[in-house]
Amino acid sequence: MKIAALIFKEVRELLTPATILPAIFMMLIFAGMGNMVGSMEKKAMEKPNVEIITNDNESYASFYASVLKKYCNEGKEKIAVIEIPSNFSSLIKEGKKAEIHIKWFLKGTGIAESASITAVRKAIEIANNELVAKIVEEKKINASIIFSPVEYDEYTIIKNREVTAAPEKIISFFSSQSMSIPIVIMIMIVTSGGIVISSMGMEKENKTLETLLTLPIKRSHIVTGKIIGATTVGVIIAFLYMLGLRYYLSSFGMQEKLAGFNLNGIDYALISISLFFSLLAGLSLCLVMGSFAKNYKSAQILSLPVSILAIIPMFILMFQDFYSLSTPLKALIFSIPFSHPMMAPSLLLLYEYPLVVYGIVYSAIFSIICILIATWIFKTDLLIIGRIRK
Amino acid sequence: MQAVVVEGLRKNYGKVKAVRGVSFSVAKGEIFGIIGPNGVGKTTVLRILATIIKKDGGNAEIFGYEIGKDDGKIREIIGYLPEEAGAYKNMRGIEYLRFISNFFEGCDIEKAIEIANLGERIYDKIESYSKGMVRRLLVARVLMAKPKLAILDEPTSGLDVINANEIRRIIKDYAAHGTTFLISSHNMLEVEYLCDRIALMNNGIIVEEGKPKELKERHDAENIEEVFLKVIK
Repeated sequence: MKIAALIFKEVRELLTPATILPAIFMMLIFAGMGNMVGSMEKKAMEKPNVEIITNDNESYASFYASVLKKYCNEGKEKIAVIEIPSNFSSLIKEGKKAEIHIKWFLKGTGIAESASITAVRKAIEIANNELVAKIVEEKKINASIIFSPVEYDEYTIIKNREVTAAPEKIISFFSSQSMSIPIVIMIMIVTSGGIVISSMGMEKENKTLETLLTLPIKRSHIVTGKIIGATTVGVIIAFLYMLGLRYYLSSFGMQEKLAGFNLNGIDYALISISLFFSLLAGLSLCLVMGSFAKNYKSAQILSLPVSILAIIPMFILMFQDFYSLSTPLKALIFSIPFSHPMMAPSLLLLYEYPLVVYGIVYSAIFSIICILIATWIFKTDLLIIGRIRK
Repeated sequence: MQAVVVEGLRKNYGKVKAVRGVSFSVAKGEIFGIIGPNGVGKTTVLRILATIIKKDGGNAEIFGYEIGKDDGKIREIIGYLPEEAGAYKNMRGIEYLRFISNFFEGCDIEKAIEIANLGERIYDKIESYSKGMVRRLLVARVLMAKPKLAILDEPTSGLDVINANEIRRIIKDYAAHGTTFLISSHNMLEVEYLCDRIALMNNGIIVEEGKPKELKERHDAENIEEVFLKVIK
């Protein structure tokens, strides 16, 4: 009952418009950016408005124009005018390169304009390929052999597993995993860690901490209440960020799937446990750091080391996986508890269960040590007067 | 049994000797004031008795419970109001009282609302309260738990005459009903009016102790301020 009251108080104090609005705002920004990217991709897929002028009525020119028209519209607001000159077919028949004239109409210089340009280029590329196929097939040669004379039968070995996929596809699949997860976890640690430290600063500044310390409740319960309250708020904020980020990344087609690489229920449970202990470790560490805060201002400075600890593994793991790191970097990454949930999905996809479990055990031990230190600090003068009684 | 017994209490902050052997006792139902200028060790004494910080030497007992040994028991029977303390700004006044009531048995929230005397504003967020309103809410918070000993650090500091007077009236009223008060103040005139007995503190020690009237007679002074100035000369 007393702990529940403390947790409720923490959530109430931490879940303010000042903490929740930036998360909602960021979520909307990510969603908006995703929408923009999505609409650009949609635009690139749409037929662009192009005027096609054909000055040559011979077969190759007519064929080329008909393919272009299949992939372009002849609307009013045209992005380009493509002119097929009168000597187009005759040059090809003579075995020479033909030429087309393209006049572009740019409405602006924004990146959105490039979507229509890409669509025109794509239409020209298709027309070129179909023209090549026509020329080659007239000479009784299978065009598909010219375009792709060799078929690949390839498979990749990764961590003693044989996967029927190209290595680039596997890398792309794992990159899509390692892009979003470290960012979300970093944001979760930085945000919830920051509010724990700030809340300690505020408690000291307002002297509510002194009141709290004179209430008939164990110091360990105060510490537990603070950590659980902050974890709750941290999870809510991370969930908001994750929603926006997932929407944003899905607009890039980053949520790829690859046969043979799936997470099952146990994997998701391990990821959740890893995330929980990582967050617990982070917030316990923040509570220890927050104990040194004199006021709200100094609390902001104290949250910097924790932010750096969350940013380091995020950057490293976004570009390299754990196994490809040098031994000192491996030791550094393993020693930071926030790394483990960042790595967990990729490791589990590769059946690297021991490392995930070791990570969970390490984070749990790290949390227990931090909670014990925080509880000890709450029992000493350090919390109030900034020094320990000798 | 005395409500508070303090013997040779000492506290150092590094090389600074903040409290250098303070001794006093407070009877049940008494309003005892520790007075003196800023930085003489008043708050340190109160913080030790409120079990927030540890003593470096000496002994202190509250209703027979020893500071440093029975801190859990002591916290059940005391109420502490820090100097210039605030409350959780995102809570409403009523929510703050309910929050604190979770930690004490038999809290009288209705009585606390009456003491706070905030009217409908008790349902407003604390961040919208004036300093005086917050102070009244905090005094109500201390008293609603019916503590045997209320430790109030500068209870009227920074308040206007009306709010300060109201808080003094509440303290007197509760003392009349059996609550023991240990208060600190640098407002010597206020303490003269409010306290049954006072201790004058300077440089970490008690330099004089007694009933305000006795002290004035002893030092042939018109008020406690004059007593203090004569004592420290």
